[in-house]
Amino acid sequence: MKAHSPTRWRFKRPSVIPGFGIALGLTLTWLTLLILIPLSGLAWRSSELGWDKFVSIALDQRTLSALRISFGAAFVAACVNAAFGVVLAWVLVRYRFPGKRVIDAMVDLPFALPTAVAGIALTTLYAPNGWIGQFLTPLGIKIAFTPVGIVVALVFVGLPFVVRTVQPVMEEIDKEVEEAAATLGANRFQTIFRVLLPALAPAVLTGFALAFARGVGEYGSVIFIAGNLPFKSEIAPLLIIIKLEEYNYAAATGIAAVMLIISFIMLLVINLIQSWSRRRYGNGI
Amino acid sequence: MRSIRTIRLLAAAVFAGSVAIGAVAPAFADQTLLNVSYDPTRELYKDFNVAFAEKWQKDTGETVTIQTSHGGSGAQARSVIDGLEADVVTLALEGDIDAIAEKTGKIPADWKSKFPNNSAPYTSTIVFLVRKGNPKGIKDWGDLIKEDVQVITPNPKTSGGARWNFLAAWAWAKQANGGNDTKAQEYVTQLLQHVPVLDTGARGATTTFVQRGLGDVLLAWENEAYLSLEELGPDQFEIVTPTLSIRADPPVAIVDGNVDKKGTRKVAEAYLNYLYSDEGQKIAAKHFYRPSKPEVADKADIARFQKLKLATIDDFGGWKEAQPKFFGDGGVFDQIYKPAQ
Repeated sequence: MKAHSPTRWRFKRPSVIPGFGIALGLTLTWLTLLILIPLSGLAWRSSELGWDKFVSIALDQRTLSALRISFGAAFVAACVNAAFGVVLAWVLVRYRFPGKRVIDAMVDLPFALPTAVAGIALTTLYAPNGWIGQFLTPLGIKIAFTPVGIVVALVFVGLPFVVRTVQPVMEEIDKEVEEAAATLGANRFQTIFRVLLPALAPAVLTGFALAFARGVGEYGSVIFIAGNLPFKSEIAPLLIIIKLEEYNYAAATGIAAVMLIISFIMLLVINLIQSWSRRRYGNGI
Repeated sequence: MRSIRTIRLLAAAVFAGSVAIGAVAPAFADQTLLNVSYDPTRELYKDFNVAFAEKWQKDTGETVTIQTSHGGSGAQARSVIDGLEADVVTLALEGDIDAIAEKTGKIPADWKSKFPNNSAPYTSTIVFLVRKGNPKGIKDWGDLIKEDVQVITPNPKTSGGARWNFLAAWAWAKQANGGNDTKAQEYVTQLLQHVPVLDTGARGATTTFVQRGLGDVLLAWENEAYLSLEELGPDQFEIVTPTLSIRADPPVAIVDGNVDKKGTRKVAEAYLNYLYSDEGQKIAAKHFYRPSKPEVADKADIARFQKLKLATIDDFGGWKEAQPKFFGDGGVFDQIYKPAQ
């Protein structure tokens, strides 16, 4: 169901308020200064390596396991956040209860907190002698200083992304839609899975993508809880710092470039799924 | 209406504040000096800076404000390379100052000869911090690879202190095995299998051991070990001095390129020289650094340092050789590190 789309590129008719030219110019300048130039610097620096060296760094066992841990943990954390973020948003949108405002405000705290502080706090909790850790250790569950610890830290820093993207969309879905579904004979599960979730899917995906992207690059909160053992719980950003400690700028930017490429591809895929689901269900932000 | 009043009030406050700062600042200092240092020297330089500022004022009538920046040694060196205008650097490793010299040319290649003792006014060494009563009976390096012993040390890739730890262990094992490097490497490989967590810096490792209760022994700078003891009360930890360790010399240098530009050479030289003075040596000893002139420091401070055999970095051919061989990309550490399962 393609819209009658003209094949040639065309600017959308400007708004009645003037200023398109200047605003576009400002946008491009700003993006260039803040994003394009630093990123091309990254590419330029890693090009010092030469292709062979770049490949050997990218395919090094240690780099690969660090990338696997970074992307894997970020993925798991984003999944957890997508699930629980939706529940949280649901509660905040659909119900009224005492202390709701406080809880609503609390969701934003991970945004504001320096991530290193979060990392230290979480490590204190989950270390074998910590408040929570002391009960888990006798059960043989280790969280701090393992990849699980990394996921915990990433769930913490990623939570607001999902809640805050899903919340406004959820608010727009009228209660009548649910009531209509109910009067037409849908049971609760059908209402959730066939009426509500499809409408929310694009927003959930956006939140997922944001939380995922954030988790991949996260350093501060992870470094304290990870244990940082090579091949086991060493994240890619730490490997970059290690290369910098060796004054090996080219290798550091090389790993960064690999991360960037993988992230870009994954975000692209997520975006494609998102636009597909938006076409399919015709809702979302 | 109210918001306008608030804004006015705020504006007035900001204006008054800036006037106040402006009026105070010139009287505050004739000169400022930036000392870029590494992490565990925080307490030392806090004391030392006060003493130096007083002395400088007495000698010249000028006031001097000293700013100190602390962080991981390598990261600090990088900030100077990237343009942080340090007048002096007081770092954990020669290699870090060499890197500044190489990459910026702001420090001459022969900087080590500019001050006595290869530009190391104080030294330290690597000791063991164990839990009170030493439950695992750790006396020397050999005990660290006993079956149920967990060792806490930071990552030599990111921590200068960890590199000293690594080399100290190597030096001991080499001596214990009649100078055999292969045996030394075997020992260090085993040692690393007893390490459950690699923190990025010395302070982080101390926290892991002290606050998180992880591990049986912490390999630490001697001054860090004493500081932990002082901070946390000696009822929880003990220091064990091994029979052999390494003499860690954290070096100091003037950043010529910066002092010449800022016109602070005289005060920068005086600052570093003061580290070698009786007063400076006393302060270093008070903060658990081994002074290069122990005779001028307080006897009680010196008595805390146990006697032990000390290898030096020269036994490894100096940092220029040791750094790439052991800790560089693909070096010994990279080859032998296999995580404990």
